[in-house]
Parts: sequence; structure tokens; C-alpha cells
Amino acid sequence: MSAAIYGLLGAALVGIGLFGLLVRRDALLRILAFNLLGGGVFLVFGAVARRGAGAGLAADPVPQAIILTGIVVAFAATTLAVALVLRLAAAKDRG
Amino acid sequence: MIADLLIVAAIVALALPVVLGRSAFTSVALFVAYGLLLAFAWVRLDAVDVALTEAAIGAGLSGVLLLGAARRLAGGPPVEDAPPGKAQVALIGVGCAGLAVALGAAILALPDPAPSLAGPVMANIAALEVGNPVTAVLMGFRGLDTLLEAAVLVLAVVALWALAPDAAWGGAPGWRQPRAADGPLALLARVLPPIGVVVAVHILWVGADAPGGKFQAAAILTAMWLLPWMAGIAAPPPISRAWLRILVAAGPVAFILAGFAGSALQGAFLAYPQGYAKAVIIAVEVVLTASIAVALALLVLGPPAEDRDA
Amino acid sequence: MTLLVDVFTVLAVAAGIVFFIAGTAGLIRFPDTSSRLHALTKADHLGLGLVVLGLLPRAESLGGVLRLLAIWGLVLVSSAAAGPMLARLARRGARGG
Repeated sequence: MSAAIYGLLGAALVGIGLFGLLVRRDALLRILAFNLLGGGVFLVFGAVARRGAGAGLAADPVPQAIILTGIVVAFAATTLAVALVLRLAAAKDRG
Repeated sequence: MIADLLIVAAIVALALPVVLGRSAFTSVALFVAYGLLLAFAWVRLDAVDVALTEAAIGAGLSGVLLLGAARRLAGGPPVEDAPPGKAQVALIGVGCAGLAVALGAAILALPDPAPSLAGPVMANIAALEVGNPVTAVLMGFRGLDTLLEAAVLVLAVVALWALAPDAAWGGAPGWRQPRAADGPLALLARVLPPIGVVVAVHILWVGADAPGGKFQAAAILTAMWLLPWMAGIAAPPPISRAWLRILVAAGPVAFILAGFAGSALQGAFLAYPQGYAKAVIIAVEVVLTASIAVALALLVLGPPAEDRDA
Repeated sequence: MTLLVDVFTVLAVAAGIVFFIAGTAGLIRFPDTSSRLHALTKADHLGLGLVVLGLLPRAESLGGVLRLLAIWGLVLVSSAAAGPMLARLARRGARGG
């Protein structure tokens, strides 16, 4: 049951994140919205993992491990995006 | 059940103002709170390994990175596009809501009983000699994913450094922090790192059999490295240093070497020799932890900047 | 004996929650940054302290006890450091407009 609740939360976060990504103009807010979208996708994965409980485990460890690597890769993408925005701002300041 | 609904409501209540907020700074602060609450959601989903990573990287390191960026962009973000019209916003809103509803319906329609790899993992975990199934998946059954993920971090560092202005190339990464000679931050930057390093080693070590592992330990090590930098009492090393570059690449290289050792000894890439699986896994994890910690720190610091002396 | 431990845990954790609720109410209701910070740090220190105290008899080993105490100590140190920094920022903001 709790898996379904968090799966629905993940779906809602995907919607919220996509909306912010498309509507907001501030680059930093877009990066935040992108992270919300990613968090939603991870939660859907987490709900699937929770549903796959079995063999004495409370959840399927394979999707969980994939979420772990996903969070780290998403963070790397975020740092790159932030660096691009900062560089853009610096280039603009110079004219 | 009530606790789950409360957590879900709180996360939605934080996610909406992150997207709708007026100032980037407020949105980032809310995003950090969102990350911490998301860690609660992971605990409720019986994903304690993910919860630790989310709190350390999703809330902690992201928070440092984004708060710093929000402050540096305070003069006005670089905006290029025209603002969307009201009708356009409404249309996008309807589309996104539709997508969320469709995704939600798909989640409710998932097959029962759910397909699961928990059984095969537990049937084969004894061969890897580790007790934490998530670690077994990361280092064993899906080791190739983890290897590629470690390589992504190295590539991210390379891409980030490529953004450095020509004049700043080879300099120290990030901007210079004002020195906090005394006061709470200086004290924290001196007192906390030794404790944090012990905690990180503990998290790495117990990761073999309990929630924890290299990502979580690396994130803590990164924080302990960034703290003295934030207090201005220790400058990061210039990116031209050979040892720094070797350290960033060492983890994936060690992982690849272990993989080829598997090819030579066991006949399959990333196969661990029988009886020595845990020893090899721990050895690779230790090197990976150091590499990931350095790469994460360099990613948060950003490329070397020209205005270092400004 | 187990009943006594249970009662102790429930009482201590409940008292901790009272401090958290009071601190949150203060954070929302108090008029200026200094008193808000005061409410927040008190809630952190006492609330979490009482929750940890309530959980101590449930720890499975000495290591568990030490870990619980370490968590409390680390939160004390970090919030003791964050409080003055926020206060200083708020004061500077109030002066500089």
C-alpha cells in the first residue's frame, strides 16, 4: 500500500518538475525543476522496488542499487548544469 | 499509513513552491528541505541505502552547490527566452497534469505479484560474501553499471574543467572564500573533519553488511573536505596537480583492473575469484570511495575561476 | 521491567515531541529572527535529546548507545555553529537594509 502512495507521489513530482522546466525562465529554477523530475522518477523506481519484496527482503535490491547510481549521476549532471549557467553569467557580465 | 500521507503531503507542499517561487535563493532552501523529507520517504520504502545517499548528496552536497550558485547569480540570472504567455502556461499545466495522472494510473495498474529479482539476488549472495544485498548488486551482479557510473563522475570532472576560462586554467578550483579566522564556522571546520572521517570510514566498512557504502562514505568525506574551504582556512589544490588527477581516475581504473583480473582468472569480466570475493570488493570499494570523494568535491567546487583575486 | 522501559521510552519521546512542536510553533509565530532561532535551537537540543534518551534503553548494544549519543552530539555541534552564523547574517541584513 505504501508503495502505491509513494509511486503516486513520484508521478506528481514528475508533473511538477516538468511544469517548472517548461514554464520557468530562471536557469537555476529550471535545474531545480529538473531535479524534482528526477526525484519523481527515482520514487517510481523505489515503489517498484518495494512491490518486489520477497526472499526475506523488504524490497527488491536491484532497482534500489540503480537508484543509488542514478542519484550520483543526477548530481554530476546538476553540477555541470550549474557550472554552465555560472559561466554564461560571467561571459554576459563581460559583455 | 497516516505517516506516509503526511510525508507525501509535506513533499508536495515543498515541491510546488520550489517550482513556483519568486527568488532562486528561497527555492534552493525549499529544495534542501525537500531532499531531507525525500530521505524519509526512502526509509518508508525500506530503501535505507538510498535514504542515506539522498540526505548526503541530494540534500547536503546539492544544497552547498545550489546555494553558492544562487548567491553568485543574485545580480540577475542569464535569461534568454521570452516569458510564456498565459494560455501557453495553462496548456503546459494541463499537459503536465495529464502526464502525472497517466503515470499514476500506470503505477496503479502494475502487475500483481510484482516481478522481482530479490529471489535470485538472495540465492547467489553467498558467493560474494557480503551481507548487504544492495552492495552485492552494486559491486557484483550489476558491477558494470557501477563501473560506468564511476566513469561518468570522471567525465563530469573533465567536462567541468573544460569550462574554465583560458586564463584560469591550471588554477585552484572554485572561488576564494573569505577567511573566517574565528567564530563558529572556523571552529566547526577544525573540529568536525576528524569526526566526519571516522564516520565515513565506519559507513564504508559497515556497507558490506548493513546500509551504507562507498557513495554515502564518499559524500561525507567530500563534506569534510569542503568545510575548511568554506571557512577559508584551506584552499583546494590547483587542478594541474598530477596527484589530484590520478586520484580522480584511480577508482574506475582499479575497478577495471579488477574486472580484467576476473577475465583472466575466472573467464568473465568483473567475475570475482572464489573465496576472495569480499577482499577484492572491499579493496575496490576503498579506492573507489577516495576517487568518488575527490570527484564530488571537485564537482561542487566548480571549474577554476578568473575572478579568484578580485 | 520491560513495561517500565516502555513507559520510560514513551514518556521521554513524547516529551521530546512536545519540544519539537513548541519549537516549530515558535519558528512560525515569533516576530523576529533572534527569537525564532532561539525557539529552533532549543527544540533541536532538548527535543532530540529527549528522543535519544528515550531510545537509549532500546539500543541493542553498547555501540548502538554510543551511536545514538554521537548523533545527538553532532546535531548539538552543528546547530550551535549554525545558530550564531544565521544570527550574524540576520543582524547584518537588518543593519544594511
